[in-house]
Amino acid sequence: MTKKSHTVNVPDLVSGIHSVFCPFSADIISTVEFNYSGDLLATGDKGGRVVIFQHEQESKNRPQLRGEYNVYSTFQSHEPEFDYLKSLEIEEKINKIRWLPQQNAAHFLLSTNDKTIKLWKISERDKRAEGYNLKDEDGRLRDPFRITSLRVPVLMPMDLMVEASPRRIFANAHTYHINSISVNSDHETYLSADDLRINLWHLEITDRSFNIVDIKPANMEELTEVITAAECHPLQCNVFVYSSSKGTIRLCDMRAAALCDRHSKFFEEPEDPSSRSFFSEIISSISDVKFSHSGRYMMTRDYLSVKVWDLNMENRPVETYQVHEYLRSKLCSLYENDCIFDKFECCWNGSDSAIMTGSYNNFFRMFDRNTRRDITLEASRESSKPRATLKPRKVSTGGKRKKDEISVDSLDFNKKILHTAWHPKDNVIAVAATNNLYIFQDKIN
Amino acid sequence: MFPKGTKRKFSDSGEEPAVSGDEPAPAAAPSAAVRALTSAYSLQRQSLLDMSLIKLQLCHMLVEPNLCRSVLIANTVRQIQEEMTQDGTWQIMTQALAAAQCPTDRLVATEVLCRQTDAAAQAGQSPKPFSVVGLEEGYHAEEVVMEGDVETEVTMSTLSPVSPQLSSASYLAGTFGMGPCWEEDEDDDGECEEDEEEDSEECVSEGEEGDRDHLSADSRTGEQVFGTFEIKHPAPPPDPALEELFSDVDPSYYDLDTVLTGMQSAPKMGPYDLLESLSSHGPTALSSSSSCRSDLNELDHIMEIIVGS
Repeated sequence: MTKKSHTVNVPDLVSGIHSVFCPFSADIISTVEFNYSGDLLATGDKGGRVVIFQHEQESKNRPQLRGEYNVYSTFQSHEPEFDYLKSLEIEEKINKIRWLPQQNAAHFLLSTNDKTIKLWKISERDKRAEGYNLKDEDGRLRDPFRITSLRVPVLMPMDLMVEASPRRIFANAHTYHINSISVNSDHETYLSADDLRINLWHLEITDRSFNIVDIKPANMEELTEVITAAECHPLQCNVFVYSSSKGTIRLCDMRAAALCDRHSKFFEEPEDPSSRSFFSEIISSISDVKFSHSGRYMMTRDYLSVKVWDLNMENRPVETYQVHEYLRSKLCSLYENDCIFDKFECCWNGSDSAIMTGSYNNFFRMFDRNTRRDITLEASRESSKPRATLKPRKVSTGGKRKKDEISVDSLDFNKKILHTAWHPKDNVIAVAATNNLYIFQDKIN
Repeated sequence: MFPKGTKRKFSDSGEEPAVSGDEPAPAAAPSAAVRALTSAYSLQRQSLLDMSLIKLQLCHMLVEPNLCRSVLIANTVRQIQEEMTQDGTWQIMTQALAAAQCPTDRLVATEVLCRQTDAAAQAGQSPKPFSVVGLEEGYHAEEVVMEGDVETEVTMSTLSPVSPQLSSASYLAGTFGMGPCWEEDEDDDGECEEDEEEDSEECVSEGEEGDRDHLSADSRTGEQVFGTFEIKHPAPPPDPALEELFSDVDPSYYDLDTVLTGMQSAPKMGPYDLLESLSSHGPTALSSSSSCRSDLNELDHIMEIIVGS
């Protein structure tokens, strides 16, 4: 691991060789997800497409590089729909993709838009049968009377073809917009969450689901809180969590009751009265919740910070990381231009020693939980040439702006990194910057 | 970020009701409250309230609005309301507006926002918290029945959908007023018809009846509340809630330019602008452009009175 001149030596990684993939010219990337092995990387975009990248084997010529990710499959997952009853469009934007653990040669993933979840099977075909009796090579039927001898068809290699086919469609179970899906550790069920309800599905059954959480008030006038994210525990198939717009997380045990409206654990950090403002609630709204791989911790992202919680301690997080505290004085402007409602995601690395989340100006931040160091990096073509090392960035908050620092006022709030993903084993990360996907990895010596 | 060109006359207007005595300020309106009216903090708070109200009004109805965002904005508005109630500024504003002559023509849609607060204010109590009634608006299908295969039946308890073709009125009003109407009454037998063209005037459910009782009898009907964003013809007594809503609009906050050029980005718009954009969308629910213009003049006149220039 080479140390570069910058002193921050954080998460051991991303001193960044990288490759830039796929300018999705028209479409904004809306979700990024590695599969369980890290071999495949799926992205969903605003146009309802899913693009899957596959990790190529390291080339013998360049052993210091990990292999690259190349496009493996592209398919249209969701189409725009029109709800005639409400006279409203249903966007085809893919909100989330979640992979299923691999059980055979094919790969399965769940993709969802606001209303409908689909199970896709991605399979390879690299052989085809030749030598049929009843049809010739062009496919035309042969006249049976002309056949004088029989032959056994043989399998011949062909160019690799990757096919994606929808195997299940889970529809009509959500009145509100789906914000999360999460595959359970039993590999048979998964949950889907919208603003007010969470449903539990069986992967084989599409015509019904169990409602396990319902926070819709009897009188909608009393609605003050919505569900913002939900996830199944990685190891205990009866446990899941969901976060709310008021900055709370509820952990539920499905063994306790059929309807998990009563939580088993309730996580909330008491508010700091000195920093109270009209925006306190909005910035406390949790935009993402992720369990650690170990299942012992969970991480939540609110507007200005990332918090790590110990599942055994409900009254406060064990770690808090400031992502862009310099925005606290700008909250009114950010409210005005709606940026305060941006939903940033966060992710763990494979060993749970580091976490990553995005920010504005195409910056993303990584925090090492052990050393407590952090680093800010930028995902942009200008600042990262292929195989160049990423340079740490800094936002100047004080009056004096040092060279190479960027002042808060010159940040571009249209360039936001909402979606990031970390390889489950290696130090490879995928960062979605609007309609470009960046993949960074550390150098191997 | 904050209103540009905040003029002193706004702060003067805060003092005048207490000083001039045209409307005897209640004894409970201490100078502290008046100071609150004039302080930078209250101006900031006011502009935040304006901004939030506009954000709620401008839900883009081609796609269902983001419920989380709407809830958060509504909670912010509620918070501001509560605070303004506590330091008495809400009462003062209400009374100051009551003193002012109100126009016979006025924008109706926004009154929905304050209908509950109006009722409470008249009763001399703190306003009811702002409710997110309209959020339900986009979510009509309350009862989703999944049967059989993917082609499931969807049974709905009703309600006029908001058609995107309906440029203006109903959907803007709908963001606020639809609450009880959309009430999740799975037992309902669909009392409201679906009518693409109608702007929800007929959509009055049982839930709405209860709310009507709260409203002052003379000020509005459910029809007005839920319905149309249109210039009403003379309605009898002044509507304090409406006036108070206009008091929220500090004319200095909005450029005349923006007023005249129609829809700008959200924060720069005031009710004037919404009106402009509506009239440009076509005649559907508006009486006529010319009446809009005269109403603008009326509103200007009112604002002049309020700011005491």
